[in-house]
Amino acid sequence: MTAQDNLHFAPGTLIIGKWHQNHYQLVKWLGSGAQGTVYLGRDGRRSVAIKLAKDRASLISEVNVLKQFEKLRGDPLGPSLYDSDDWLTRGGTIGFCVMEYLDGVSLSEALKRKPFDWTLVYMLQLLKQLQQLHNSGYIFGDLKPENLILMHPGHAIRCLDFGGATRIGRSVREYTEFYDRGYWGFGSRRAEPSYDLFACVMIMIYAAAGKRIARTNEPQVQLIHFVKNHPKLAPYRKTVMNAMRGNYSTADIMRRDLLQEVMTSRQSNPQMPQSRRNVRKTNAVSNRSGWKSAWLAASVLLTAYIVFVIVYVM
Amino acid sequence: MKKGTLKQILLITDGCSNEGEDPVAMAALAREQGITVNVIGVLDQYDTEDSHGLQEVEGIAQAGGGISQIVQTKQLAQTVQMVTKQAMTQTIKGVINQQLQDILGDGETVEDLPPEKRGKVMEVVDEVGETADLHVCILVDTSASMKNKLPTVREALTDLSLSLSARMGENQFCLFLFPGKRKSVQKVISWTPQLDSIKRIFEKISSHGITPTGPAIKEAVKSFSSLSRKQSLVDDDEAYDDGPR
Ligand SMILES: Nc1ncnc2c1ncn2[C@@H]1O[C@H](COP(=O)(O)OP(=O)(O)OP(=O)(O)O)[C@@H](O)[C@H]1O
Repeated sequence: MTAQDNLHFAPGTLIIGKWHQNHYQLVKWLGSGAQGTVYLGRDGRRSVAIKLAKDRASLISEVNVLKQFEKLRGDPLGPSLYDSDDWLTRGGTIGFCVMEYLDGVSLSEALKRKPFDWTLVYMLQLLKQLQQLHNSGYIFGDLKPENLILMHPGHAIRCLDFGGATRIGRSVREYTEFYDRGYWGFGSRRAEPSYDLFACVMIMIYAAAGKRIARTNEPQVQLIHFVKNHPKLAPYRKTVMNAMRGNYSTADIMRRDLLQEVMTSRQSNPQMPQSRRNVRKTNAVSNRSGWKSAWLAASVLLTAYIVFVIVYVM
Repeated sequence: MKKGTLKQILLITDGCSNEGEDPVAMAALAREQGITVNVIGVLDQYDTEDSHGLQEVEGIAQAGGGISQIVQTKQLAQTVQMVTKQAMTQTIKGVINQQLQDILGDGETVEDLPPEKRGKVMEVVDEVGETADLHVCILVDTSASMKNKLPTVREALTDLSLSLSARMGENQFCLFLFPGKRKSVQKVISWTPQLDSIKRIFEKISSHGITPTGPAIKEAVKSFSSLSRKQSLVDDDEAYDDGPR
């Protein structure tokens, strides 16, 4: 295997594909991960993301999955795939793929900066997208905030890294311990929709805690306790617990339940100020009725006085 | 077509062998018989990276046609399952490359195919990796310096079993400790489809100063033939009853 650990190239470097002969120019380094390094690049007319792979085999698996998703209808989940090829350099052959450049902030950044209400909005969006993905016979596998991006205008969620996408019924290809139900003792690593839904729960826990909480000796008890007692999660605990225990067979059902809890908790959640307003309102009412009786008393007196004057004068 | 079986030895150690046969030679012997040897070197923050033992780790894996990885104790679980899966992929690709050679000749490998065809080949590799049967013989070094790492090793093995049991293919595991109580190598679990109930085993261990890595690998190699003997017995029996394996 040719391991290219050093995948750093200067902006302006020209990449020519060995098989398809397309030309690309590197513009800017975007990020590095376990699988390789991604650059912003140009293919002449448009901006593209170019992923240079450490290991060509794993790149091919990812490209295969991206191709699958190209066929999906509806909102695109991942970046479109434009090209995949080999680049012959002096140091050896580097496999690369060229895809749509997704401009936005990663969900891990957004969760840190925005209030928890937004987490729920992102979740509802994500669940809708997951349903589409599951319909196509795949699960996402390595679902985590770092792999999700919020597009610049509009906050639409897109997925960046499909390295973990797995056909339903197989064993999950790639996962991150914190988001993995096996790690927390909540089930197998077989690819089924409920595997992704558990990861959604962990994203919510991550957002509520502000960090990846550390696993204790009794992980199941720990998570259940956390969800039931955390003020941000408690209003949604029914849905969250169901998803955690693997009770949802589809993302749609979880979405429906979550949506319902979100809508009903909206009315009861800002309870404090609302009831205070009510109190003030009743006070105002009783005040007004106080005035009314005072005015009534005054007008009765006045009427009596007028009657008295009239009677007296007449 | 007959479904293939992948055979692996997984060695978990933190240092240098000091007794018995040369472990690198024993790993080569394993490879000779179609068994891949993977090695995981476990460090904690007190260990230094450049010790002699870690060179041996790499040497054993190379001779055994497998993968070696040096990790901090806390990353052990994820590494163990990754190494096992990667080694499976590597073995399958090796076999496919060999068949490609027969067809195409000239040292042609999967990597030399155009991306589209390579994609097809990788799908096959995935398919085989998911459905093939897997036999893993696990060797755990229980010499004195490993003592406080053993709870994590235990967890990592349970986790490995969890990962592999999600596959469609069948699994068989067995577990050896070295040095053992009386012998230099001790079999504590014989071939079984699932690695649960290994908690007690690690609690009873008494640690010695010796590290007989070579003999351990040799014992592991032998255990594979006992498994195939056992399975062929079961196969013979199947004509009469569907008894448990
Ligand atoms: N299509 C894209 N558009 C914009 N940015 C991208 C795109 N793909 C990747 N990136 C950026 O490059 C970084 C590394 O990419 P990615 O996470 O896919 O790499 P990786 O090697 O697969 O990492 P890992 O598998 O460890 O998560 C990402 O964090 C992201 O910022």
